[in-house]
Amino acid sequence: MKVDLTRVKPYGDTLNDGAVQLSFTLPVPIGEGGKEAARQLAIKMGLENPEVVYMADLEVGFTFFIIYGNLVHTVDYTAIELPKIKTREMNFYEINQYIREKIGRKVTVVAACTGTDAHTVGIDAIMNMKGYAGEYGLERYPEINAYNLGSQVPNEELVAKAIELKADAILVSQVVTQKNVHIHNLTQLVELLEAEGIRDKVVLVCGGPRISHELAVELGYDAGFGPGTLAPDVASFIVQEIAKREGKE
Amino acid sequence: MGKLNLDRKMVDRARSAASHIADSLQVHINAHTTTSVERTVARLFGIDGVDANGVPLPNVVVDQVHKGGELSRGIAYWIANAMVYYGYSAQEVAEEVGKGEINLLEVPRQDDGKVKQLIDDMAEKMADYIKQRRREREKYMEEWGLNTMPYLYVIVATGNIYEDVVQAKAAARQGADIIAVIRTTGQSLLDYVPYGPTTEGFGGTYATQENFRIMRKALDEVGQEAGRYIQLVNYCSGLCMPEIAAMGAMERLDMMLNDAMYGILFRDINIERTFVDQHFSRMINAYAGIVINTGEDNYLTTADAYKEAHTVLASQFINEQLALRSGLPEEQMGLGHAFEMNPDLEDGLLYEIAQAQMAREIFPKAPLKYMPPTKYMTGNIFRGHIQDAMFNLTAVLTGQGIQLLGMLTEAIHTPFMHDRFLSIQNARYIFNNARHLGDEVLFKKDGKIQRRAQEVLKKACEMLEEIQEIGLVAAIEKGMFADIKRSRTGGKGRDGVIKKDEDYYNPFFHIFLNRGDRT
Repeated sequence: MKVDLTRVKPYGDTLNDGAVQLSFTLPVPIGEGGKEAARQLAIKMGLENPEVVYMADLEVGFTFFIIYGNLVHTVDYTAIELPKIKTREMNFYEINQYIREKIGRKVTVVAACTGTDAHTVGIDAIMNMKGYAGEYGLERYPEINAYNLGSQVPNEELVAKAIELKADAILVSQVVTQKNVHIHNLTQLVELLEAEGIRDKVVLVCGGPRISHELAVELGYDAGFGPGTLAPDVASFIVQEIAKREGKE
Repeated sequence: MGKLNLDRKMVDRARSAASHIADSLQVHINAHTTTSVERTVARLFGIDGVDANGVPLPNVVVDQVHKGGELSRGIAYWIANAMVYYGYSAQEVAEEVGKGEINLLEVPRQDDGKVKQLIDDMAEKMADYIKQRRREREKYMEEWGLNTMPYLYVIVATGNIYEDVVQAKAAARQGADIIAVIRTTGQSLLDYVPYGPTTEGFGGTYATQENFRIMRKALDEVGQEAGRYIQLVNYCSGLCMPEIAAMGAMERLDMMLNDAMYGILFRDINIERTFVDQHFSRMINAYAGIVINTGEDNYLTTADAYKEAHTVLASQFINEQLALRSGLPEEQMGLGHAFEMNPDLEDGLLYEIAQAQMAREIFPKAPLKYMPPTKYMTGNIFRGHIQDAMFNLTAVLTGQGIQLLGMLTEAIHTPFMHDRFLSIQNARYIFNNARHLGDEVLFKKDGKIQRRAQEVLKKACEMLEEIQEIGLVAAIEKGMFADIKRSRTGGKGRDGVIKKDEDYYNPFFHIFLNRGDRT
């Protein structure tokens, strides 16, 4: 069994079978017409032999479908290039030691859940003393002055606080978003920092379930962290980036 | 006692400590009013709508008196005084204030007896109206029927009230008993209630009286067709806590999220403001027959569900005692807790069962509000669906009252229509399939489940006794709940807290507490 990495497609139980499962709702009443509509949509998505294995009446004229099919498309895995966060992973002790030895002063980090977002689970997991999943948050790091401004912080207030505290890094969390409000909000912060002339003076990092490093870079951030990120991931990046900028690597 | 062999004396000790805690808070509460309490009185006098700048009229009248430094007498007096002088309705007075035609503080003082009579008449009239809405609910519940508990509670959150109606009707037809229209993020920090129907919100829909009306009508339609009364929920929290309660009472909402400490801890609203506001809002809810839902589940999204379980129980005791002081009967206390333990924890399900059963036995009359897993939902929808199933099984086993259904897509997006459908299917299957499991099961004496419940109760009791010593405000300042620290003088909305003077009068306090309408 030889996988052709230049032509990769999904796998069910046989190489290159292209097996895919999907589910969606259509705004049509349940019946053979709806089932056919779902099948035709699957074909347009590039599925061969699409099979509607289940449909359910969601009432008020909507129907839910579960479909299996075989995807015709392939991608070239060998040609994929991703912007990656280029840092060495360090743990709690190594990071504090790194700050003491390389940077030679305490690092100030200001964090907030900005805009209308009131969901602090993400920023708390990174910042809170207790941390998350067995990893202490930045408040626990002896070499880091960590300030968690909490939820629904306007960008203006975050920037003012960053200036007041002479922040080395700013962390922004965006958890609940709808209609791309997080994009506008993140972009506005970059614009404010540029207007204040301090964009280059801070390491700017964002995180949240809808954030990828690629998106973050595109929006003008130094890094973006998605789901599953823990405090040392963020701290490793921040301290190495500071050291790099200050020529202290 | 019960299946957990809980120490009855320990329960009494904990309740007695909570009662002392509530009594000492009540001294502060009774001495103060807030801008939002006074705006609520204005609303209950029938003042609604906005001025030319879009500012709600309840804010317009209260702000005028507040700026003049005379709110310590209560807004009722100032409105009624102007009504007697001009012969206007309360609404007409508010409109004239909005146009800049009347300054309430400059209206010639009228005969005190006449003013008071007018205040009392208006209050009686509104109380009668709220009572009538309550009777309507009871009638529909009787005629159309209700499901067996646990009730299936789902959320709609499109941002557009008309889209919410479509989603809510679908959910009701699929089997949901309760629909909550989640609010747009940030509404809790608005110091006014927006006006009119709204179609733009983020992560939810604005709570406005018109939106309440639109959804109430839709749910009555679908409820009548489905042969089941569909209950409507909104959020009586944030800076406008009592105003939302009044709106809900007028529009026949059935439940309100209404916690004594949530705003302080999670929205950084001033402590003094919140305690005064929660007191009046709960009086309204009590009188209107609205079931409150408390927010202890939130503690476990920031703190660890295993280690901090006792803080949930301690808070439930405090919420219970504060609610009793607003005249809210136990049957209307949807005390909150959550299924939030780390799924990797060995025997985690046993501990969840222990805690859920414990809440059941300690608050036997309360329709407990059980919240689903959120913290450890990962985006793996397949595992998430199983976590929700375990949550449902625990609920039916332990007799929970109000089951907020978990969504397999939690942590990904606000629910799609079919997410809700799958989640309702999950709950209906399990509730039906295991309906009387709780009647058949006893827990082993001194086994893991019994010991866990006893341990949590003991820690909660100790915590409450410590709080009794230092006071609830100091406990919050120390971060004893949810690991969050808030200071007495910090937080939003403190400028809206006013010390009452001797002439202060709010007719609704007397009516709601004493006219009584318990059935």
